[in-house]
Amino acid sequence: MHALLQPAAAPEFLSGNEAVARGAWDAGVELAAAYPGTPSTEIVQTIAEFPGVYAEWSTNEKVALEVALGASMTGRRALTAMKHVGLNVASDSLMTLGQVGAKAGLVIAVSDDVGFSSSQNEQDSRFWGRFVHLPVLEPADAGEAYAMTRDAFALSERYAVPVLVRLTTRVSHVKRMVGIETREAPDGRRHGYEKDAARWITTPNHVAKRLALRAERDAALALEAESSAWNRLEPGQDARIGFIVSGPAYHVVREAYPDAPIVKLGLSHPLPLGLAKRLATSVERVLVVEEVDPIVENELRAAGFAVHGKDVLPRQGEITVPVLEHAVSRLTRGESRGKAAARPAALFPRPPTLCAGCPYTGVYFWLGQLKDTIICGDIGCYTLGCGSPWNAMDTVISMGASLGVAHGMVQAQAGEAKPKSVLAVIGDSTFLHTGMPALANITYQGGNVTVLLLDNRSTAMTGGQNNPGNGRRMDGTPAPRIDFARLVEALGVKRERIRMADPYELPTFRKVLHEEMKIAEPSVIITSRPCVLAPEFERRRPLKVVVDDCNGCSRCLDLGCPAITVTRREQQTRPSGNVVELAWTAIEQAACTGCDLCAKACARGAIVPA
Amino acid sequence: MNTDILVVGIGGQGVMTAAETLARAALAAGLDATKTEVTGMSQRGGVVCSQIRIGAHIEATEVRPGQTKLLLAFESAEGLRWSHYLAHDGKAFVDSWRAVPPVVSSGHFEYPAQPATEMRDAGVDVIELDARSVATTLGDVRLANSVMLGAVAASLPFATEVLRTEVLRRFGKDAALAASNARAFDAGRDLTA
Repeated sequence: MHALLQPAAAPEFLSGNEAVARGAWDAGVELAAAYPGTPSTEIVQTIAEFPGVYAEWSTNEKVALEVALGASMTGRRALTAMKHVGLNVASDSLMTLGQVGAKAGLVIAVSDDVGFSSSQNEQDSRFWGRFVHLPVLEPADAGEAYAMTRDAFALSERYAVPVLVRLTTRVSHVKRMVGIETREAPDGRRHGYEKDAARWITTPNHVAKRLALRAERDAALALEAESSAWNRLEPGQDARIGFIVSGPAYHVVREAYPDAPIVKLGLSHPLPLGLAKRLATSVERVLVVEEVDPIVENELRAAGFAVHGKDVLPRQGEITVPVLEHAVSRLTRGESRGKAAARPAALFPRPPTLCAGCPYTGVYFWLGQLKDTIICGDIGCYTLGCGSPWNAMDTVISMGASLGVAHGMVQAQAGEAKPKSVLAVIGDSTFLHTGMPALANITYQGGNVTVLLLDNRSTAMTGGQNNPGNGRRMDGTPAPRIDFARLVEALGVKRERIRMADPYELPTFRKVLHEEMKIAEPSVIITSRPCVLAPEFERRRPLKVVVDDCNGCSRCLDLGCPAITVTRREQQTRPSGNVVELAWTAIEQAACTGCDLCAKACARGAIVPA
Repeated sequence: MNTDILVVGIGGQGVMTAAETLARAALAAGLDATKTEVTGMSQRGGVVCSQIRIGAHIEATEVRPGQTKLLLAFESAEGLRWSHYLAHDGKAFVDSWRAVPPVVSSGHFEYPAQPATEMRDAGVDVIELDARSVATTLGDVRLANSVMLGAVAASLPFATEVLRTEVLRRFGKDAALAASNARAFDAGRDLTA
């Protein structure tokens, strides 16, 4: 049982993601589906630990949204959660949802990685509210994340529309005290499916009526926003600047300017223009504070308001107190408050690393040594192959993009005398998420990409979630395990071009890689070792370096294993006059998993069991 | 006046758990507290930092450079990395353990010879502790975080006993673990007494 289920008369200390989960459960949610992605992962992970809810890791965000829609159609409150880029994947169905709406409450919790700590970009998901015609709730903190998620289900049912709860990293991943209300059990009176072809079948003959209904709904929601308790004008004595603010920036404004009048937006789309007008007429100037794009600002301008916003505030990253103070000083041409920020010490970077014994270290040991080869990467732990010491990646675009990009590069170079070899590197979960259609395209077009399908039986980067490739469902119960060799054969790869390779066996792995790169046909090399954090992984006796046998060649360091450290460096001049850099190494026993990769990389046999 | 605290280290060290313990202790003492979490890419051997704010009522949750009261660093160079966050009257508690990353092993960067000395030269009040050695003496290197929490306890805006209770509460009915962590906490507390 989850710790959140302790009898809760008192408030709880929850992250925004946990608060969304608890809010959904307390609203009687009956189904939750998601694909993991930072900073949204813990939402459905937490819901899954509550009783009486069906929860799943779906294969991608579009599937998860459709699963939630299906539940809503049958009268069950449902939630899907995803990170901002996940909503791009789900967007095709999302657009239709704007038209057909929802039956039982349907909540889409999307967490934007404002500050891009673990994402390929920074996006403002509030745009989807405008694009799809959905109401958008923007909690400022975990407490509001709880209460707004609860309320979102009722709002969804009141207007028969999915509701977007837009979080940011600072809401999702900050713990605060959250007030908990009595749980509302799932209401069986909502249950039941009724055929409604004119609504759920989106053939062109049904569209006009749905668009007209959508326009009516937009108008009703605009009135709702004006009277919603989530939107309020907080009066203040200091009328020099009035703030219009949404999301976690509310607390920033409150801290920096406690006496300023503020319009706090919670139901931020549709925009409550009447409330904004009441503020605007009572202050000298209005500053719109929002993360990250000027959405509210532009809508206010279009409605005839003279407001400030991104003319003084940055268009990327979090708005913090110093950032806001700087913007206000530009606006008032006054003295900047506070002192200049202290400067950090010049120090080595500490990028995330592959784990000791990670099977990817064996793969990248070779990929880092390839010449005249373009390596199209994808999204997962293996993205780290772009970094030191391997530098073995040329592109990372989006989930599943490696294969399509690689195929385009191959086809574009077809007429060249010496085309570069092209590899695609993709993990098991990402392949199942959006990689498969691109492989079907490669075989169909007669392309020539060598695909490395790094099957570590885990959605590792987000915390080791289960997926259809490891034979376990979200709750750990057994599921049919996808056989990747048979899957890629079915997608058109010749049986002899499908190679199972053990990335711990360095020489044979290299042989397989070079064989497949030479052949002018699509091939898929499937690696066979699990993530070191997966239950399948077997830790072995750690290794050590026999100092007297080590000649300082430092080849073991090419693996990039974090358990290998340098004890001594030396420059030597060879008889040829060449100067070589030597490094003697040691192995940290506590970190070593005994994978034996470094022992195989060592030509001197200096690495042995400890 | 709020007490801002940074807890820093590297992925996998238990930084988040230690930060959670501090925040929950503050709440148990009747104060308001917020705590930031890090997940995703930084988890794997990368830089990890949790920001805690403690006070009567917390609005913004980010901790600002130059205004932090306490820095709790579970690794030597990580203490230096975040030391510019400290206020002029702030204090750093740094584990002297050195975790050398592959970018240093591969020769691309250098690890500073004496991170704590560099901090002192920059005017930081540094308390350097060999928490891992203390923990190893007590029987398990994993007790290092409890040693560090014990060391910082007297500098917090609430009673040491509240933090000690919160540290031990995590072990529930496991009396052996609770006892060893109590010894570790007390050892840390005595180091800075």
